[in-house]
Amino acid sequence: MILRGKAHKFGDDISTDLIAPGRLFHLRTNLPELAKHVLEDADPNFAKKVKPGDLIVAGKNFGLGSSREHAAAIIKLAGVGGVLARSFARIFYRNAINVGLPALICDTSQIDQGDELQVDIEKGKIRNLTKEMVIETKPLPKVMLNILEDGGLIEHFKKHGKFKLD
Amino acid sequence: MGKTIAEKILSGHSGRDAHAGDIVVAEIDLAMVQDGTGPLTIQKLQGLGLEKVANPESTVLFIDHAAPSPRKELSNAHKILREFAQKTGVQLSEVGGGICHQILVESFVRPGDVVVGADSHTCTSGALGAFATGMGSTDVAIVIASGKTWFRVPETIKILINGELPYGVYAKDLILHIIGLIGADGATYKALEFTGETIQDMIMSERFTLCNMAVEAGAKTGLINSDEITRAFLKAQGREEDFRIVKSDEDASYERIIEIDASLLEPMVSLPHEVDNVKPVGEVEGTKVDQVFIGSCTNGRIEDLRVAAHILKGNRCYPGTRLLICPASRGVYLQVVKEGLLDTMIAAGAAILNTGCGPCVGVHQGILADGEVCLSTQNRNFKGRMGNPESFIYLCSPATAAASAIEGKITDPREYL
Repeated sequence: MILRGKAHKFGDDISTDLIAPGRLFHLRTNLPELAKHVLEDADPNFAKKVKPGDLIVAGKNFGLGSSREHAAAIIKLAGVGGVLARSFARIFYRNAINVGLPALICDTSQIDQGDELQVDIEKGKIRNLTKEMVIETKPLPKVMLNILEDGGLIEHFKKHGKFKLD
Repeated sequence: MGKTIAEKILSGHSGRDAHAGDIVVAEIDLAMVQDGTGPLTIQKLQGLGLEKVANPESTVLFIDHAAPSPRKELSNAHKILREFAQKTGVQLSEVGGGICHQILVESFVRPGDVVVGADSHTCTSGALGAFATGMGSTDVAIVIASGKTWFRVPETIKILINGELPYGVYAKDLILHIIGLIGADGATYKALEFTGETIQDMIMSERFTLCNMAVEAGAKTGLINSDEITRAFLKAQGREEDFRIVKSDEDASYERIIEIDASLLEPMVSLPHEVDNVKPVGEVEGTKVDQVFIGSCTNGRIEDLRVAAHILKGNRCYPGTRLLICPASRGVYLQVVKEGLLDTMIAAGAAILNTGCGPCVGVHQGILADGEVCLSTQNRNFKGRMGNPESFIYLCSPATAAASAIEGKITDPREYL
């Protein structure tokens, strides 16, 4: 799986409250509407400026807090191709893969706002095309890669009837 | 080599000799969702064409986050849960029942269980010696359909706590101190085991507070060995037969051990907008508060409300400071009434909220105005958590909250005890 897009840079500790605010709790059964507010409290213009395939690039502990899967779901619905972060909060990390949103742990310190990136999820290789440099990282665990390649956990389960660990 | 609690429970539920780092598929004893996450779970189950539930007896839907419903969209979300329960025979906890995590520990979770919930504070149940963790709606959907999920067996960090907590210092102060020490991602993907003399002497209510906030350090779960205090708690709930000994081996291998001398601690406060931004109360004393909230899955139990009532007795809330008190469950509420604490709280000027998550999730009951400050006994102070990104949330123990409501500013509770 290869992703290509422009980087939107965020800092450390982007909580699920910043991604999918609690004050919009009533929109959780209307994800297309909720997606118009994605990351609103971290960057009020994000939903307007994000282009299909763009990548979120963040610091440590991205997605901390509430288990609300809606956070990962609306990032994907907004057209984001994937999330790169120095680390993820574990519930968000699983949720992202389960909804088919690529999420990769890597050193993001050399990536700046607007950099053009090409990401090989399987190999764990990020090419910064703007800076002409390569960032290597550990690929996803096999079970998560399998779920992601099937398009998410529901599709994975429909296809295999169980978890495919290797 | 010996095993940690997490390794033991996940070995027992996966039918293999599991160690930290292994990926296992485990049988799940109990699965739950709440009204914020459950409708999506049900939608996913319908997408699977699977409305048949693997274990209806041990699948629970809770209506607690927006209960009773403040608006029609949420009423319709509640209706999805009610109809699913009726169709499939799963358990439903209605409006007025209380917070999912409190009801789980009162009525469902047994030591040694594997519990998953579509709510990040599912780790609360770890205080009973259960492997309990939060997940998203889809993960829990697959558990409801199949009775199983996959886990990476976590490494465990041992938090060894010795010494007596000083007067006026509680488990809440201890866990805030620990999170301040290791950081909001200090235990990401790991389990925390709380152990030592302080824990051996700690009542269940306080143990729940500790494990509840394990996730605020990023942990997959917080765990405590089951013992006679666990047994007494289960007996008081009328289910002593659920007691089992669950403990880590002496020679278990830990990623690291953090030692804490509880006798040196003071009341602690977490400052906006990150839980690990923790300071002793003395450093923030005098900060004006507009609203005080006492409740939540962290600190809405009878023991918490007794402390609050003790401080409030004969006092009044500072003019202009709003005090909201929310018992964590129907059982807690009944006990508050029985002990006459309600009179004290109401006379002090408190508004009593129906049981549930209350204002903690930012959906109703006590949303702050721009620039306002709330001092709360809940577990999170992220920007926007209580419904307004232009407001400020500080976290503390019920004692600090009650004393501060009387003074209208952040106050060291020891002056009131």
